[in-house]
Amino acid sequence: MTVLDILLWGVLPYVVVAVVVTGTLWRYRYDRFGWTTRSSELYESRLLRIGSPLFHFGLLVVVIGHVIGLLVPQSWTDAVGLSQEAYHLQALVLGALAGVCTLAGIAILIYRRRTTGPVFAATTRNDKMMYLVLVAAIVAGLATTLLGATGGEEHDYRLTVSPWFRSLFVLQPDVAAMSEAGLAYHVHVLIAFALFALWPFTRLVHAFTAPLGYLFRPYVVYRSRAGGPATRAPRRGWGVDAPPPGRR
Amino acid sequence: MKVMAQMGMVMNLDKCIGCHTCSVTCKQAWTNRGGVEYVWFNNVETRPGQGYPRRYQDQERWKGGWVRNRRGRLSLKAGGRFRKLLTIFANPVLPNIRDYYEPWTYDYEVLTDAPLGDDFPAARPKSLLSGQPMDVEWSANWDDDLGGAPEHGPRDPIVERLRRESEEKVKFSFEQAFMFYLPRICEHCLNPSCVASCPSGAMYKRAEDGIVLVDQDQCRGWRMCVTGCPYKKVYFNHRTGKAEKCTFCYPRVEVGLPTVCSETCVGRLRYIGLFLYDADRVAAAASVADEKDLYAAQLDLLLDPHDPEVLAAARREGIPEDWLDAARRSPVYKLAKEYRVALPLHPEFRTMPMVWYVPPLSPVVDRLSETGHDGEDSGNLFGAIDALRIPIEYLAELFTAGDPAPVDAVLRKLAAMRSFMRDVTLGRELDDAVPAAVGMDVEQIMEMYRLLAIAKYDERYVIPTAHEGRAHELEELGCSLDVDGGPGMVAGSGPFGEASGRPAPVSVETFHALRDRQTTEGIADPERPGARIDLLNWDGRGRPDGLFPPRKESNR
Repeated sequence: MTVLDILLWGVLPYVVVAVVVTGTLWRYRYDRFGWTTRSSELYESRLLRIGSPLFHFGLLVVVIGHVIGLLVPQSWTDAVGLSQEAYHLQALVLGALAGVCTLAGIAILIYRRRTTGPVFAATTRNDKMMYLVLVAAIVAGLATTLLGATGGEEHDYRLTVSPWFRSLFVLQPDVAAMSEAGLAYHVHVLIAFALFALWPFTRLVHAFTAPLGYLFRPYVVYRSRAGGPATRAPRRGWGVDAPPPGRR
Repeated sequence: MKVMAQMGMVMNLDKCIGCHTCSVTCKQAWTNRGGVEYVWFNNVETRPGQGYPRRYQDQERWKGGWVRNRRGRLSLKAGGRFRKLLTIFANPVLPNIRDYYEPWTYDYEVLTDAPLGDDFPAARPKSLLSGQPMDVEWSANWDDDLGGAPEHGPRDPIVERLRRESEEKVKFSFEQAFMFYLPRICEHCLNPSCVASCPSGAMYKRAEDGIVLVDQDQCRGWRMCVTGCPYKKVYFNHRTGKAEKCTFCYPRVEVGLPTVCSETCVGRLRYIGLFLYDADRVAAAASVADEKDLYAAQLDLLLDPHDPEVLAAARREGIPEDWLDAARRSPVYKLAKEYRVALPLHPEFRTMPMVWYVPPLSPVVDRLSETGHDGEDSGNLFGAIDALRIPIEYLAELFTAGDPAPVDAVLRKLAAMRSFMRDVTLGRELDDAVPAAVGMDVEQIMEMYRLLAIAKYDERYVIPTAHEGRAHELEELGCSLDVDGGPGMVAGSGPFGEASGRPAPVSVETFHALRDRQTTEGIADPERPGARIDLLNWDGRGRPDGLFPPRKESNR
């Protein structure tokens, strides 16, 4: 366990968390207008209709896979009688399938972005950097999935990465466990850190406002015009009888 | 009964000359920005024609609005909540930019930069989306004035439906064509399917006046509203990634001014006023079984603002007294409910639209005149309304879900008014039988004539102001230019010297400048900057220095 290990696996995770939390709060506070998917479906929909669901649904399965793999301890799956081999087989099949879908999806989307004139013209440098890190994270993740199935003890992330990940939450980072993991895992986790740190500052923020509330609200929304006529802000020295500006 | 107020509009289609002034002024006010180049909150389309975006009325393709399901309840035609979330990554029925049109500019630079040669340089069209050269193939009014009608007319979804239903062909040959203009804005529906489609809850109907708006800070660009609106009046700003739509010019309406499209309408064909309606019965009215009953159900929602029971219920909901007064004087209520000459656009979409149309009598009159008949005679007109099935069925598909009876009744009323008023104007003997034939009395006909023909500004626009106890500010409509350093701000002098303190409103500044100007001794006093004279406030006295070029000696 070197100093580098402590910095990477004991300090960096918390730095990333701090960046994500404060970055997201800052973005929400100051750039709610920029908080959007910035969809380009208006320009082109033929490729998008294949690529986008492939990528997003693939990614949702990948996320669920990460949650299970990282948060459920091995002892729990042992307790329900799921053998090591069976566990890794299903993780490989599901993970590889979802990963390949995600990768194929993003490949289609990037191809579309590059070849469709209006879509390419609407691509910012921020987008390009985000795509680079996102693709790298997916590729590295797929590599670890394949390694995890074929490799030996050092590639069993449930003995290394997962305990370290869970230990982060109790503020007792198990740096030793993580430093034991293979290089592929280290690379994947570092790229993921980069992706998370970028997250609040890119269009990826739209994921934080996934509209699940839609399932539970009445169809037609009414709002009252609080805050008065929209013509101009109240002036200093003029009393305002209306309630302060706000929503709903 | 839950009484709510709704801002509504009526457009008298007989008066529309298709000049597009409403569209142009609306665009200048609201959508003259990048990202919404292709967006017209107000557009005027020629009927028959494909409309904008192309064939938007074809809901089998675009899946807008509501449908009544087997249990007799309303559901969104494009699918409910779960389906919306499942298709959120790629909306399967979102119109493409080409269904509107690809916005373009011209390569004007070539005109000045081209090297000297034998040929005139030409400014080629360039896409505003990709910056690449493009061919202009379609735009918002490609089939304006029946341009290319033999090709585009048959693709009008209503023409297609009529053809299926009646074997009879809508003719696009010159002699038999009929045509009218249909100006369209957002319908500000009572049962808005765009609002219901918005996953983020960013779209809402304002409780006070029923205006449907998009909260730009809450919109996440999921694009479902564009699909949800059967009129395709919610647009996607491709730069900001947010939905935008007609706002009913709420900053103007809140201070009692009509919308920009109404204000600038050359034909003065628009009317703005309040409806009172029963919010508790909207869902039931929108889900009646037979589409042809929707117009009647929608009329039934509108409450009589003279009814004491309605007034009492309205007061319980906190609708202020001057709003109730405005509702009583509302021109739109009179046209829609009292005279029943205004009809909703496509009630079969089940959104309960609140922009109503007086259908045009002109196709009928024109046809009569063309065939050598007297186009203003009530007997001829009534006969022609009966005989000219095609225009009437077309109008019925637009305004009453295909039921010709209400359209027939409206046109008969308009015809009766026309011929009766001609008798009045020409001093002929008045025939009470003419109004009676359409179920109206002389007084009603005269009132309706007044409202449709000569109503002045304050009769056409009865708009109560928003109540905020800030009336002192309303006299100064906000101007985006009168910020610090902006051209609207005249430098004043505050406690800490020039330009300190709050900027004085331009009207105050003008008031002082005029007073200074009128009381000053000299023509221009350099010591008093307020008394400075420019072309705008020069009253013709004397020749202030620097205002005109020096006179030549020879002219003296």
